[in-house]
Amino acid sequence: MTAHPADLETRLAAARITSAPPASATGLTAETGGRVPALSVRRLRLNAFRNYSQASLDPDRRPVVLTGANGAGKTNLLEAVSLLTPGRGLRRAKTSEVDRIVPGAAPTPWAVAATIDTDTGPVEIGTGRDPEGERRMVRIDGNPEKSQAVLGEYFSVVWLTPQMDRLFQDSAGERRRFLDRLIYGFDPAHAGRLTGYDKALRQRARLLKDGSRDAAWLGALEAQMIERGIAIAAARRVMADRLARACAREDGPFPGAGIAVEGDVETWLGEGAALDTEDRFGAALQANRARDAETGGAAVGPHRADLVVTHLAKELPAGQCSTGEQKALLIAIVLAHARLQAAERGAGPVLLLDEVAAHLDEARRDALFETVLGLGLQAWITGTDRVTFGAFGDRAQYFEVEAAQVRPAA
Amino acid sequence: MQEIERLVQLLARLPGLGPRSARRAVLMLIKRKESLMQPLAMALAEAADKIRTCTTCGNLDTSDTCAICRDPTRDQTAICVVEQVGDLWALERTGVFRGRYHVLGGVLSAIDGVGPEDLNIAALLARVGPDHPVQEVILATNLTVDGQTTAHYVTERLEPSGVKVSRLAHGVPVGGELDYLDDGTLATALKSRQLV
Ligand SMILES: Nc1ncnc2c1ncn2[C@@H]1O[C@H](COP(=O)(O)OP(=O)(O)OP(=O)(O)O)[C@@H](O)[C@H]1O
Ligand SMILES: [Mg+2]
Ligand SMILES: [Zn+2]
Repeated sequence: MTAHPADLETRLAAARITSAPPASATGLTAETGGRVPALSVRRLRLNAFRNYSQASLDPDRRPVVLTGANGAGKTNLLEAVSLLTPGRGLRRAKTSEVDRIVPGAAPTPWAVAATIDTDTGPVEIGTGRDPEGERRMVRIDGNPEKSQAVLGEYFSVVWLTPQMDRLFQDSAGERRRFLDRLIYGFDPAHAGRLTGYDKALRQRARLLKDGSRDAAWLGALEAQMIERGIAIAAARRVMADRLARACAREDGPFPGAGIAVEGDVETWLGEGAALDTEDRFGAALQANRARDAETGGAAVGPHRADLVVTHLAKELPAGQCSTGEQKALLIAIVLAHARLQAAERGAGPVLLLDEVAAHLDEARRDALFETVLGLGLQAWITGTDRVTFGAFGDRAQYFEVEAAQVRPAA
Repeated sequence: MQEIERLVQLLARLPGLGPRSARRAVLMLIKRKESLMQPLAMALAEAADKIRTCTTCGNLDTSDTCAICRDPTRDQTAICVVEQVGDLWALERTGVFRGRYHVLGGVLSAIDGVGPEDLNIAALLARVGPDHPVQEVILATNLTVDGQTTAHYVTERLEPSGVKVSRLAHGVPVGGELDYLDDGTLATALKSRQLV
């Protein structure tokens, strides 16, 4: 055995997240020194998507403000944009769930087509349900792709939804997913590693449940978990570290945030080289086989890690802060991430901010808008009332959503 | 029409075809009864009658011991292990590999109930014993989790034989399936294989 795949994977993952940004672009402080290019959607077409029979939207690079009554279809539009990246979108929906339901009619497969502006030029993305089943199809510039993971090479979005107001009270899984999505913007391969890790974990759980004692087979599956798991943990550590540095100081109305990942594999990585961690993780998996056979999971591994956020000035865990303070912490992290990505990838992500104004006082809301503008981000922001967005003036573009129709606001 | 429904159901089981495409295919077959449907039916019957699985390597041919295993000009010291016959064909198309093959017939998957005894692994071990000419086994399973797990497992099982084991080098994209690679990528991956 000459190869140490986990070590190689880990170094690759860490390298992609830490590669030094150009000196001119270390925009890690609150000041945003000029505009950085950002990803944006230039053309969006929906077909049989949720409540939309058809919809089209042709925005420019400015923030997109969507207003309309409850149930009009605002969040559905954000969901369509979120499906231009790998995964199940901001509602974590099953592919067929997105099909437009028309009472008494057979479901038509949904489709979203978009032109996005990237740092390397415009790219056409097409995605939708495969008429034959649950698979999500992806086309890039008209060519069918085998895996939706390629979407991460072109586009990245970060979203904040009302459900995430409870992120710091939710299960660790929600926080892990949040952190993982932030990593996609830096390392598109992260998504594939997570899927692979879960697959190996499920295969091992099944094998144990079936009562197998085939040590070679179990070992082969554990080797897959180790290789990917260590790379995943390393990527999360690096991301949390960089975010922690970027959020260490108060930024206007946004509080300073302490950010760390907690987990066994993460701790081992902090104590030694990836190779030692490989041994320790391997030993732990082996030692827990009997127990894991009973629980149907795995007692140790990056699938158990947690993202721990603290309000620095108050020395309080985020979960104990007020609703508005929690939201401010979350926004601080998302903005820091956008800044880091803009500095490093040369193109900040698209932000999807669903009902973001709720729980934010006017000072925080305006500070959020100013930062979005300062970073030149195309943020898609929803609300029921146009007045909420007065601070944008003509620096944003406005659309009205009414009964499954979108049109530029008067 | 029972006959048509049955045909649709059978075709829909083929990879890449669902009920919708199967129905389209059946309509096309009926429309071109003489020029397509009957020749296809004959070709199917003939293939079903003549095609054998090679008991040595798992390849498909009209004779057991397939043409590749019989070919005396091929290198007897190297065996390339693949998941499916389709992968063998893909590698043959590149013309780079001049040894012999071993088709596992799938990958290990506890979820799908496929264990080592369901794969053609025992036959592989029998081909690398001390009084066999084989010096190198090249594992060319797909770079999916199951493919890699299987490669890892086979490596482990081959260890006592002392045979040299190598893996396709990674010009192959992660999660990639050999079947889908272009010949150039596959040829490069084969030439730059790595010892495991
Ligand atoms: N698969 C579907 N087919 C048809 N309609 C759907 C489907 N899924 C959701 N809807 C409907 O789409 C409508 C719009 O939903 P959406 O969440 O986009 O509204 P919204 O404008 O964000 O409203 P709110 O202000 O309440 O958040 C809802 O009435 C919902 O019931
Ligand atoms: Mg909504
Ligand atoms: Zn043969």
